[in-house]
Amino acid sequence: MSAARLESLEPAKPLEPATGQPHAHASLAVRVIFVTVGLASLLVVAVALALSFGAADVGFWQRIFGGIWSDAQRSILFALRLPRVLAAAAIGGLLGVAGVAFQALLRNPLADPYVLGVSGGASLGGVLALVAGVSGLGVPVAAFGGALVSLIAIERIATSGGQLTVFTLLLTGAIFNAFSAALIYFLQSVASREELSAIVFYLMGRVPSPGLLTLIALWAAGFAITLALFVSARDFNALTAGEEGAQQLGVDVERLKRRTFVIGSLATAIAVSTAGLIGFVGLVVPHVLRRLLGPDHRLLVPAAFFGGAIFLVLADLAARTLAAPTELPVGVVTALLGGPFFLLLLRRRGIRAGG
Amino acid sequence: MAETAPASVAPARSSGPHLEARRVSVAYGSRRALDAIDFEVRAGEVVGLLGPNGAGKSTLVRALSGVIPLAGGEVRVLGQELGTLLRRELARRVAVVPQEPRFDFSFSALEIVLMGRHPHLGGLAFESDRDVALARNALARCGALHLAGRPIDQLSSGERQRIVFARALAQETPILLLDEPASFLDLRFQVELFDRVRELAEEGSAVVAVLHDLNLAAEYCDRVVLLQAGRVFAAGPTAEVLTFQNLTAVYETEIYVDVNDITGGLVVTPLSSRARRRLQESRQTEAASQAPVDETRAAGPPSGLRAP
Repeated sequence: MSAARLESLEPAKPLEPATGQPHAHASLAVRVIFVTVGLASLLVVAVALALSFGAADVGFWQRIFGGIWSDAQRSILFALRLPRVLAAAAIGGLLGVAGVAFQALLRNPLADPYVLGVSGGASLGGVLALVAGVSGLGVPVAAFGGALVSLIAIERIATSGGQLTVFTLLLTGAIFNAFSAALIYFLQSVASREELSAIVFYLMGRVPSPGLLTLIALWAAGFAITLALFVSARDFNALTAGEEGAQQLGVDVERLKRRTFVIGSLATAIAVSTAGLIGFVGLVVPHVLRRLLGPDHRLLVPAAFFGGAIFLVLADLAARTLAAPTELPVGVVTALLGGPFFLLLLRRRGIRAGG
Repeated sequence: MAETAPASVAPARSSGPHLEARRVSVAYGSRRALDAIDFEVRAGEVVGLLGPNGAGKSTLVRALSGVIPLAGGEVRVLGQELGTLLRRELARRVAVVPQEPRFDFSFSALEIVLMGRHPHLGGLAFESDRDVALARNALARCGALHLAGRPIDQLSSGERQRIVFARALAQETPILLLDEPASFLDLRFQVELFDRVRELAEEGSAVVAVLHDLNLAAEYCDRVVLLQAGRVFAAGPTAEVLTFQNLTAVYETEIYVDVNDITGGLVVTPLSSRARRRLQESRQTEAASQAPVDETRAAGPPSGLRAP
């Protein structure tokens, strides 16, 4: 090896700072705002669409264009349809962000809001309330109680030596879900016929038409949880380097895991206790958005709220209208729409970790 | 909202070591992976961590970066005890290039490098133009600027290694921990990466590098620490530690150290069984033509190779 040859190994790469180069990434904040506003506008369109169709014709568009509503139309629209559509939006949004949160926490794009066990506790609580003859608001309250109890129990069980182990968390969640399911089967086997049908309907998932206070609570929870997860969005990005990798990038991983588990579980608990087990929203929505927007959680978190909201509003619209006047359980619709759609997506693009 | 971290983090004290391990022990269950390691790195130094598989090199890097608990001893980072630092503060002082970096979602190379800016940014802050410029500059220093927009999961192992090194550069820390940073790199990029490492040291960084390639260690490290079974077997200036005796004892295979005629640097050569056969054959012919060789001489290195 000659001296001239050695010379050629000197760096040929530019060492000057590449200052002020315009690049798409610097405008990430702009993209976040653009995507959020865009999806929020789409949600408004979806809500309008959902208001205009239903078992009864309320003449939504005639009214918009100067027609006059009858009292019956008015009461269907404002007392039944509007609350239900707004509830569907909030619940879908909660499921969407819970999905993103758990996918980030477990670093797995196939995680969904029900994977960590809180949904099992929620449905068990709801079913217990139904068997005990509770009705009305008592059922969601009991379901939420069940979810909170299981949340605390799972967190305790999965914590050892002050550390929350994601693997243990996943196993604990699976066992909690299986255990709850077993108890629910037991309750079903001893329930009366009316109770049984109430239980089955409850578990299949349906969007309620809640009162104003419940609606406000749902939306407030939706915004608060989305904001709380958005605060951790850059930490979620760093967490994709693994737990040690994230720590070496300055993330307090223990705090992040605990916080994400609790917030994501709360979102799940609220959704399941008000609407039962509506599947696929929390899995499909983050997945589709990740394909469209990339893996940055600062985009994904707000997008998942509005994306989940749009998805569930449209799915609930389908549930109300496809077999009208009979109503399908929305959980069945999301699974029927979401399942094949998801498979198509996987087949077309191939399964990639990037989603 | 980017804070002026690098300047504020590096203290004016040039006297104390940047990174210091005192009697550091680490246990995995009941197994002691590190036993009372003493070790320090000063500004401007590149220190190599050498030793066979399972000697505790990566464990020491993990202990020095604060991701595993110590069973004893303490680590000081710029004079401050590691346990008293917040993760964010620590990540502004110490950057790590892990042996097997993970990427669970398909971020672009530039986005990965921008994650190096994470500890410098406030909770809700977005990367500024300056952060992006720093990240692109780091990519350029690793000869990887052309990869900026590529998804990380579509890059080769060697390309990923350069991206992760660029991430550590973008982190702008006074201390750099490298765990096998060049294991997947071809010779050109090995040389370029370690040239960058030396530049960083000249700019005042303290660098610790775990290395399997003893020739890279010989060329680029000011000092080396030779680990064996969780203990320091030998430590000191590279040329003093890299000897036939030390290396052969620690790696449990014969390793010869020679001087390259052209570069004047040390050349480390493990003895392959083929080379051993060649050696024995030449010795037998030597023995046949000359007087019998005594046992200790025969086991030692052949003439022409530098050995104690």
